[in-house]
Amino acid sequence: MNELPQQLVNGLLLGSMYGLVAIGYTMVYGIVQLINFAHGEIFMVGAFGAITVHLYVLPDGTSMWVALPLMLIGAMIASVLVAIGAERFAYRPLRGAPRLAPLITAIGLSLALQQAVWAFYPEAKSKLAFPQIEGGPFSIGGATIQTGDIFLIVAAPISMAFLAYFVMRTRTGRGMQATAQDPDTAKLMGVNTDRIIVIAFALGAVFAAVGGVASGLKYGQIDFKMGFILGLKAFTAAVLGGIGNIYGAMIGGVVLGVVETLATAYIADIPGLDQFGSQSWAEVWAFILLILVLLFRPQGLLGERVADRA
Amino acid sequence: MTALLEVEDLKVAYGKIQAVKGISFSVDAGEVVTLIGTNGAGKTTTLRTLSGLLKPVGGQIKFNGKSLKKVPAHKIVSLGLAHSPEGRHIFPRMTIEDNLRLGAFLRSDKQGIEQDIRRAYDLFPILGERRKQAAGTLSGGEQQMLAMGRALMSRPQLLMLDEPSMGLSPIMMQKIMATIAELKSQGTTILLVEQNAQAALSLADHGHVMEVGNIVLSGTGRDLLHDESVRKAYLGED
Repeated sequence: MNELPQQLVNGLLLGSMYGLVAIGYTMVYGIVQLINFAHGEIFMVGAFGAITVHLYVLPDGTSMWVALPLMLIGAMIASVLVAIGAERFAYRPLRGAPRLAPLITAIGLSLALQQAVWAFYPEAKSKLAFPQIEGGPFSIGGATIQTGDIFLIVAAPISMAFLAYFVMRTRTGRGMQATAQDPDTAKLMGVNTDRIIVIAFALGAVFAAVGGVASGLKYGQIDFKMGFILGLKAFTAAVLGGIGNIYGAMIGGVVLGVVETLATAYIADIPGLDQFGSQSWAEVWAFILLILVLLFRPQGLLGERVADRA
Repeated sequence: MTALLEVEDLKVAYGKIQAVKGISFSVDAGEVVTLIGTNGAGKTTTLRTLSGLLKPVGGQIKFNGKSLKKVPAHKIVSLGLAHSPEGRHIFPRMTIEDNLRLGAFLRSDKQGIEQDIRRAYDLFPILGERRKQAAGTLSGGEQQMLAMGRALMSRPQLLMLDEPSMGLSPIMMQKIMATIAELKSQGTTILLVEQNAQAALSLADHGHVMEVGNIVLSGTGRDLLHDESVRKAYLGED
């Protein structure tokens, strides 16, 4: 069992990626009570934004250490534009409509974005190779870390710290909390709630873009449907942590990543369960965890207490 | 001299149901004006329209001579109109101090804000003692204090209080009413909506009695307090 540190590291890395995307689900839900099922595609579009910068903007052979920050900016621009466009043209006209309408719109938008990338992005009908950071893997304390994951190790904590600072310490962040808790009263305080909603979508998209780049670096390839399962997992992470709670999203992501990784690695060691060990069962463990949480702790790990909504 | 707030023939409707059917009243600077009446008379609807949360279907609202009809809700407070809503509506998961800061959301004078926070704590010492506590943990009366303190944080020219005594114990109600009297003596202009007609009329310079969307009676606070029909209908006397 001396591979346990390795599995934990793998789980943590995978989980931070889920967490980055989960933030967008939870923030938008917290403010407009909408589950933005197109958020997985915001993540996918981010990865395509990054690869666009690499393929069409930067000269060939640019070092990844130079290229990566620019690719990240490209990813963020692509994700934020799509997210703001979705808010403005798909969701805002439906504000005040029954909740089913924006939900179905979100699912439709998710498919539309996938198909748009498939149809219009050059060579996106097959997987695209994502540029990799030079250098081989290195090891810390018995665990091997792939070079591509360095990005995640640096970006995830920075993202989280930035988000916590923004929400807790800035005026706009306070306006955001107020809008989440009581939109009409927030308006009475002078908070422009329409603007706050746009900011929530944009901010969620920024973290999804970070996740999209991380995913490209981690797996070495991207495609138009990469956001689908990952989006569902990130949504699971958001529910797991307590939807509406930004810290919950990150914690939910990490828990999900670790559980999924450990289950995939070790469940086959249990006598009689050896056929459940393969990678193709990873999704099953993730969603079993979701079902267990919904059964026993529906408000999530750090869920908002219902009582103080009074 | 023109009034600080002038409401003329205001009409507000929820779909086809008219909740306010053409009311007119005004508030002068330094005055306390109260709207009294039973549930459903249109008092809260009137305040929510003044602060832009509801759009009128007819009539005029003028504040400092400027029409408020087309001003969106989030810009009203910057014009000097603060609204402490019915049911208090404090932000439950934020601290008391952050709630107060939200009242000063559009201000950028840091020193002035800190000074006003201290003033709110002077006015309501319990809020100062619990400044780091989540506002949702406060009792109803304390939440009312916070809602009033928060509304004052914008340094309003007109403070609108909607049912500040609702659901409070008699002692707490007295405390809140005493605070309103204190604010009045400091020169704050207040538009007070109350079901507790006795308390509201004793404080008010002017009062208006609302019934199903209309103002049916107006007068000075003292006159209304002694008006026979008011005593019968709202002060529980035969």
